Amino acid sequence: MPFDRRSLLLAGFGLLAAAGLSFSPARAEGLDDILKAGVIKVAVPQDFPPFGSVGPDLKPVGYDIDVANLIAAKLGVKAELVPVTSANRIPYLQTKKADLVISSLGKNPDREKVIDFSIAYAPFFNGAFAPADVKVTKPEDLAGLTVGVTRGANEDMELTKIAPATAEIKRYEDNNSTISAFLSGQVKVIVTGNVTAAAILARNPPRKPEVKFLIKESPCYVGLNKDEPKLLEKVNAILTAAKADGSLNAISKKWLGADLPASF
Amino acid sequence: MAYVFDYGAIVPYAPLIAKGVGITVELTVIGGALGVGLGIVCAWARSLGPRWLRPPVTLYVELIRNTPFLIQLFFIFFGLPSIGVSLGEMQAAILAMVINLGAYGCEIIRAGIEATPRGQFEAGASLAMTRIQTFRHVVLMPALQRIWPALTSQIVIVMFGSAVCSQIAVEDITFAANFIQSRTFRAFEAYIIATVLYLVLALILRQVMRSLGTLLFPRRRAAR
Repeated sequence: MPFDRRSLLLAGFGLLAAAGLSFSPARAEGLDDILKAGVIKVAVPQDFPPFGSVGPDLKPVGYDIDVANLIAAKLGVKAELVPVTSANRIPYLQTKKADLVISSLGKNPDREKVIDFSIAYAPFFNGAFAPADVKVTKPEDLAGLTVGVTRGANEDMELTKIAPATAEIKRYEDNNSTISAFLSGQVKVIVTGNVTAAAILARNPPRKPEVKFLIKESPCYVGLNKDEPKLLEKVNAILTAAKADGSLNAISKKWLGADLPASF
Repeated sequence: MAYVFDYGAIVPYAPLIAKGVGITVELTVIGGALGVGLGIVCAWARSLGPRWLRPPVTLYVELIRNTPFLIQLFFIFFGLPSIGVSLGEMQAAILAMVINLGAYGCEIIRAGIEATPRGQFEAGASLAMTRIQTFRHVVLMPALQRIWPALTSQIVIVMFGSAVCSQIAVEDITFAANFIQSRTFRAFEAYIIATVLYLVLALILRQVMRSLGTLLFPRRRAAR
């Protein structure tokens, strides 16, 4: 045998170490440095479809990646995608390993203390979904209807609070059972997240879930470091323009299967 | 680390648990009765019925006995609507339990029938009994008496199988326990209560079956 196991292992570690070195990021600076370097480092998810997942060619794909590329293109620079998890996306920004976090990031007071947020770039909400022929526009309309929801999920708690007493809430074990119950017509309405609805739409089923009303909304924002007002201004300008010319809506259509909601 | 039990958190959910017990009993009684009925018919078909009836019944019995109950339930609840047969979760659950118990019951009861000596049939015929009378008094009752304990156990198993029906939003004991667990995060308490309830129900069910046995087979030694 030309290679024994130990030398293979060593070679493997060597490769890993080299890879680690080449990826060790330089310090990210403000807008001017990004323009000078011609590269913007963007933290994106790779474990949260349709916002970010690993594509067939092992490169990240998704809503967030498209937005990252859009912003980079408008800045006239190259986007360098930095895969992050939901736990480490803000630390990556704070330690300047990334210039922007575009990682389905929601806004809350704790986060607002440590980083800045752009305007919203993606809808993220729980709501009631049903086919077009079901006439529901508000929680009271659920009276007398069968409503499917995943037991114990956030939307279950919210639905239990707002649903009228005559709504028949069917609580299923997991998301897939809830989806199956909707697709097979066992329930008229499902209460779930827009991401789940997008996953259903992606299968192109005969019963298409359309959003009827929102229950809880927490859209996604681009996260930036606090001391970069110029970059923030530029990102907001790009997003506003993208909303106006329909390019952001095209991304929403592509990944979420629905137009941006009116609130955008 | 000592776990601090807090049954107080469960108290507000008592009506849900009570409803769960009701649903589990309902599923078991209806499913058990219809299932044993189906089992008797199938056992007759496989052992004494007309020859043309045997292959389809055998196919049914083997199909059900060699696939998981959960899949049978999902097939009925999520699958059948695709061809236009939409059953509510209770109907789907009862149908699945009847079909399941029918197949297992068939094999248990058939074992009892096969154990009946042929001469006994002929004795019935020579006493001028009709075929139905012979089947009922000479074949079925002794067969049932022989396999009564096995049948009892199978019905208890079917009752436990009903726990699976909570997957399709049937609000039985298991559903109640899962629901409480998802709201209060008191998983240990919720499942202890569910365990005790199933245990008590199973003991009651066995006692009922024993009494039913003594009632059905009065001239024979009470089946145990």
